[in-house]
Amino acid sequence: MAEDRVDRDPFDDVEAERDLDRDHGPEGVVLTGTLFQPGAPPPRRRRVRRTPLSYLFRFIAIAYLFFLVAWPISLVVKNTFSDGFTELSDLWNDPDAMAAIRLTVFVAVVAVVVNTVFGVGMALLLVRYDFPGKRLLSALVDLPLSVSPIVVGLALVLVYGGRDGWFGPWLEDQGVQVIFAWPGIVLATVFVAMPLVVRELVPVLEEIGIEQETAARSLGANAWQTFRRITFPSIKWAVLYGVVLSLARSLGEFGAVKVVSGNVLGKTRTATLMVEEKYLNFDKGGAYATSFLLVLVAVSAIVIVGLIRPKETRR
Amino acid sequence: MSIEIRGVSKRFGDFVALEDINVSIPTGQLTALLGPSGGGKSTLLRIIAGLEEADAGTIEIEGVDATHVSPQKRNVGFVFQHYAAFKHLSVRRNVAFGLEIRKRPKAEIKERVQELLELVHLEQFGDRLPSQLSGGQRQRMALARALAVNPGVLLLDEPFGALDAQVRKELRDWLRRLHDEVPVTTVFVTHDQEEALEVADEIVVISQGRVEQVGTPDDLYDRPANDFVMRFLGPVTALGGDLVRPHDLELGLTPGPGSHPGTITRITRVGFEIRVEVDVAGSTVLVTMNRTDFRQLDLDVGAPVHVRLVPGAPVVPAAGPVGDADPIPA
Amino acid sequence: MTVAVAPPGKARRSRLAVPGRVTPASGLGLGVALVWFSLIVLIPLAAVVATAAEGGWSAFWRAVTNEQTAAAIRLTVSQAILVTVINMVMGTLIAWVLVRDQFFGKRLLEVLIDLPFALPTIVAGLVLLSLYGPKSPVGVDIVNKPSAVTVAFLFVTLPFVVRTVQPVLEELDPEVEEAAASLGASRLTTFRRVVLPSLIPAIAAGAALSFARAVSEYGSLVLLSGNLPFKTEVTSVRVLSSIENNNTAGAAAVATVLLAISLAVIVILDVVQRRMTRRG
Repeated sequence: MAEDRVDRDPFDDVEAERDLDRDHGPEGVVLTGTLFQPGAPPPRRRRVRRTPLSYLFRFIAIAYLFFLVAWPISLVVKNTFSDGFTELSDLWNDPDAMAAIRLTVFVAVVAVVVNTVFGVGMALLLVRYDFPGKRLLSALVDLPLSVSPIVVGLALVLVYGGRDGWFGPWLEDQGVQVIFAWPGIVLATVFVAMPLVVRELVPVLEEIGIEQETAARSLGANAWQTFRRITFPSIKWAVLYGVVLSLARSLGEFGAVKVVSGNVLGKTRTATLMVEEKYLNFDKGGAYATSFLLVLVAVSAIVIVGLIRPKETRR
Repeated sequence: MSIEIRGVSKRFGDFVALEDINVSIPTGQLTALLGPSGGGKSTLLRIIAGLEEADAGTIEIEGVDATHVSPQKRNVGFVFQHYAAFKHLSVRRNVAFGLEIRKRPKAEIKERVQELLELVHLEQFGDRLPSQLSGGQRQRMALARALAVNPGVLLLDEPFGALDAQVRKELRDWLRRLHDEVPVTTVFVTHDQEEALEVADEIVVISQGRVEQVGTPDDLYDRPANDFVMRFLGPVTALGGDLVRPHDLELGLTPGPGSHPGTITRITRVGFEIRVEVDVAGSTVLVTMNRTDFRQLDLDVGAPVHVRLVPGAPVVPAAGPVGDADPIPA
Repeated sequence: MTVAVAPPGKARRSRLAVPGRVTPASGLGLGVALVWFSLIVLIPLAAVVATAAEGGWSAFWRAVTNEQTAAAIRLTVSQAILVTVINMVMGTLIAWVLVRDQFFGKRLLEVLIDLPFALPTIVAGLVLLSLYGPKSPVGVDIVNKPSAVTVAFLFVTLPFVVRTVQPVLEELDPEVEEAAASLGASRLTTFRRVVLPSLIPAIAAGAALSFARAVSEYGSLVLLSGNLPFKTEVTSVRVLSSIENNNTAGAAAVATVLLAISLAVIVILDVVQRRMTRRG
């Protein structure tokens, strides 16, 4: 038997490479890519076996989600509208409340824009280039996702605090107040949402590969043209996905913002801080109304992302 | 372990996968289920294994009705096209799986696994993970794994379909020799007629959910039951409303009994074979012969010739429109 | 040690996307990105550690072992572990139902699972308060009780294990389970010996994320737990009170402990990720 030929080194084996498409195991764990996937990728033919055990599992899963998430959320909605639209219209007519909402939106938009630009650049760097310390950087990019928001706030105060910070006093001399002003809130929001866009783009960039870009370069395109005409259109759904995630996260940051903002009414109070304040000041209706708006945003984000997901995977 | 398939039918929604299949597979035989993709052969194999349930009909294994027996209890070994390796287990542990489940003593397992690894020539790879093996090696591991528990029946679903052409040929040969050494009742599914003709003792041709013909490779090649079987198993060309094999046609310079006059339109040489296309009454007939024979005739494009069928060669009336000669299947 | 052969997964990637050397243009981009990242993330976090170290080891140790703080750390870690264990089981079960079961309204479940991730933490607290607080329709009131911490943690960490396990379950080759069945393995044996080992890295990754999230949690506890010292006060709350009392060194010390946990989680995730690609 042609033993030697059949037992040749697996990695010189043409067929070994051919089989990879089928045998390539699951992707490594990606923090947000897998976290926030409301729609599953197209399922393969799988017979559904209905045994008593599967009904039990279904029941347990539904019950758990009902009592932990569904019912509580529905109660918030109910409490918001217990008086009809009064609570919401009170919110609308309260200038301080509207200021808080405007600030929140402003901060979120700035943070999302900043993080998108940074995220795209960072993702390209991590995927397309090799440099010493790349793996370290890649791991560090995930850091903001698992840091406590209070620690985030503390960290920013220590560096940008007007009195004792590392850079703070110098910045204030230049006329820029960071902590206890809106730039600090922006910084805190940028911090916590930073990995979201990067993490969405990295697997997509890895998968589409460099061939198209190389082809464009060989036809004379420079870096910017290549990016604009070739790279970006391939990743635009992933970018959008990351943007929506960042937006939801940015609108909802609480702990870090609490530390850096000083919660000055009308100036540095955000929507989330407003929820806390209203509740503690016995304006429960106002707290519910604001919460309702934030819930609306969160649910919209999830639904939109769920609609985008099939477009992302259909490439 | 013989297999009796009686009246088996299966549909998936509106799609009829199998209709009233009746096949007998004697003990120790190497049988091929041959047919085009989507014809139902994999479904039949999976029904034999118990991985699918037939809508109607029975499966008997060694005389015992196994129709509603779970796959765990049927004692059938199954080898999948894409290996279905246990990715987290080493080659050794993969092969040992069935034995470990049955709680065999460790020494026995060790010995048996070693025996099987030697049988499939994977002794040096025992401690590797499947991801570190080539496709051919993985399939041999899968075979060893299936054989480890001494199944009464071995089923293979397009076992070489995912492999490179060269490796496919080698493993095909190796499977035949393995079967000679270890004569387990074996059924394998393939859409490659060359594979079936080369390896199997008996071939069951299945198309569109029905059995077209059952027979030895010679039976099927020399005495095809119908148009489909003839087309599927080898090259065909149409002469006078019948399907014949191009290599059963002779060219002559003078007319003879049953010959058809025509003109040579094209001569192609493929290795040792010469393919001559002859225009007979407006349609193209393909005649193949070896170089020696062709040189003796000393013909060229445009020459008038007479085409004659070798006496005793298989002839099947063409079922569909009599078209141009079919190209020789790859 | 196993042979140092590049696993097939890696070989495939390096064919498709060969990372290039850094050119002057991209070098500039890299520099800018690094500066940006440092200013926003690295330097501030370094400041935390530096401030904690300012008073020397004894000051650090005193701040961390302060009775109230130590109690907070114990509570946070023990609750986080409890919740992580629950999540490992429930998360896997929910992922199983999502992947292997079909029923009307399954899409709604997907939205419910992602909601805790998208919701502001303070709102999460309010949400839980409406069912488990003073005006609860089921009469359950966990405000100011340790179970409030548990429920809040369960809420915010819900998606993590589910979302790491789900894609792995989806990718599982049904033929592998059929192979196990043909070899005589019952459904339970197949799950135990074939399916579960494939899921363990994903479950571990989800557990690490879940633990880190729980330990860091703040917002959902504000309204729900009352932040009672020694009873329902978590570590983040201690850090905040230190900040509010101008005890930045103390705050930094405890914050460093939390950071160490975050870093440990990142390391675990990296290790798990590499193990998963190796197995292919």
